[in-house]
Amino acid sequence: MGYSGLRVIKEALTGHRGWGPAWRDAAPKAQYDYVIIGGGGHGLATAYYLAKEFRQARIAVLEKGWIGGGNVGRNTTIIRSNYLLDGNEPFYEFSLKLWEGLEQELNYNAMVSQRGILNLIHSDAQRDAFIRRGNAMMLNGADADLLSTEQIKARYPFLNVDNARFPIKGGLAQHRGGTVRHDAVAWGYARAADRHGVDIIQNCEVTGFRIENGTCTGVETSRGVIGAGKVAACVAGSSSRLMEKAGMRLPIESHVLQAFVSEGLKPLLPGVITFGAGHFYCSQSDKGGLVFGGDIDGYNSYAQRGNLPVIEDVCEGGMAIFPMLGRARLLRSWGGIMDMSMDGSPIIDRTHIGGLYFNGGWCYGGFKATPASGFAYAHLLATDSPHKTAAAYRFDRFARGRMIDEKGMGNQPNLH
Amino acid sequence: MLIDHPILGPRDSSEFVYKGDAALIRRPDWQAPDALEQFIDYGYLRDNPAGLHRELWFHEQGDRSWLVVTRDTTTHEITSVELARDVARKEGRSR
Ligand SMILES: Cc1cc2nc3c(=O)[nH]c(=O)nc-3n(C[C@H](O)[C@H](O)[C@H](O)COP(=O)(O)OP(=O)(O)OC[C@H]3O[C@@H](n4cnc5c(N)ncnc54)[C@H](O)[C@@H]3O)c2cc1C
Repeated sequence: MGYSGLRVIKEALTGHRGWGPAWRDAAPKAQYDYVIIGGGGHGLATAYYLAKEFRQARIAVLEKGWIGGGNVGRNTTIIRSNYLLDGNEPFYEFSLKLWEGLEQELNYNAMVSQRGILNLIHSDAQRDAFIRRGNAMMLNGADADLLSTEQIKARYPFLNVDNARFPIKGGLAQHRGGTVRHDAVAWGYARAADRHGVDIIQNCEVTGFRIENGTCTGVETSRGVIGAGKVAACVAGSSSRLMEKAGMRLPIESHVLQAFVSEGLKPLLPGVITFGAGHFYCSQSDKGGLVFGGDIDGYNSYAQRGNLPVIEDVCEGGMAIFPMLGRARLLRSWGGIMDMSMDGSPIIDRTHIGGLYFNGGWCYGGFKATPASGFAYAHLLATDSPHKTAAAYRFDRFARGRMIDEKGMGNQPNLH
Repeated sequence: MLIDHPILGPRDSSEFVYKGDAALIRRPDWQAPDALEQFIDYGYLRDNPAGLHRELWFHEQGDRSWLVVTRDTTTHEITSVELARDVARKEGRSR
């Protein structure tokens, strides 16, 4: 049954007895047309678009824990399309457009909030770089707005614009950027996929691949062997661990990224702000907590927790632009495992093994990509050709020297 | 994390710069017939294991030595620290 305001009123008057589970707890069948490994945002979105846009087929999502327990439930929920390079910007703008219609599409309140994102500028050189980025965004149909220090002061009067070392000289705003309730994205896609007949199978870890004569015919799991026409890996931070079972080495290192939330405060931060001279970004959740983060810890990790030096660094960055942050108490910090690629950009591609596909390398920015990643991956799975916005996300770009390196850092994953 | 530097004793990991998998010590021979494939592998592909990982740490804010640290990526526990120079020499790489 659909969700609506009328339904809420009706349920309220009848003791809320009509609500059922949002998706079935499916048991694995012996054979599917498509098996998607990983019940994060990307895996669930892929299943949804595959079932809806491309064809009616037997589709399963296999998740080793519970859906939404990975990075989709750990991120800082920022969406934006403020990229510079041709390989990236059309993809992220496509994603932002999908976010704009997502709640109607899924009939699910994902709290998509286009409160705007503001990247602060601290030097003349940085202003030049941001103007260039803004122009690239507009050429790709995105919105970008260069703000003066005065305009920023009017919206964010508490920012320390006169910091002696990193004065705020302006900012690049994307007003259509913002935040989305991350858990609701997993749940919304899960419910919508389930309604299109997708089996969402939890507590089902993929432990190996069935590969015969160079073709993948299924997966071994903690709940038995499952046959598949096509197998689609989509496990973010666990990418190398999973693909190793198919004998593949990836252009990926796994790193831990931490995030933080303060005690609940009255509304004070209307949009998302990012510090341009260090690593700090912040938004305020609807519950009032300041949600913020910064750099990855910088060493290979699967531990889902980080260390103190980064906490100190993030808080110092925050204090530099936002001194009143020092009066708020830190409530919680946590970590998630990032699939950091060699050029900082993702991969959505076939592998050299027939019937086996790969989606990963999202680094610390894959939440905003969720709708487009699912759409493009579904397109690839259904048609065996890349979606036009994701055509650059190939495995062979490293060998061919066609890196998509937004930051110009080279093949050093911890610098992206 | 504390890294027990073979010369200087325990040092905070934030004095170091992390440089990735210690397999990078084994740079391919540029004259090998398959040098191109080997360099693509060397430059871009990683084992990225969950568990014990041998990795390079550069003591940039210390004595500028390069270390090979063996660390568990699932717990961050460090079990051995060697000078990268010694490791490379043992493999016959450095003179
Ligand atoms: C602290 C933090 C802050 C972030 N902030 C942002 C942000 O503000 N904006 C943004 O765009 N991005 C952000 N990200 C990045 C974003 O969260 C990820 O890039 C994105 O969620 C990854 O895709 P996913 O949702 O599919 O991953 P996940 O939710 O991690 O899904 C992968 C799933 O695969 C499952 N799995 C793994 N191995 C197996 C197996 N063998 N068998 C079966 N299942 C398996 C896992 O259990 C997991 O549920 C942040 C990440 C973190 C950790």
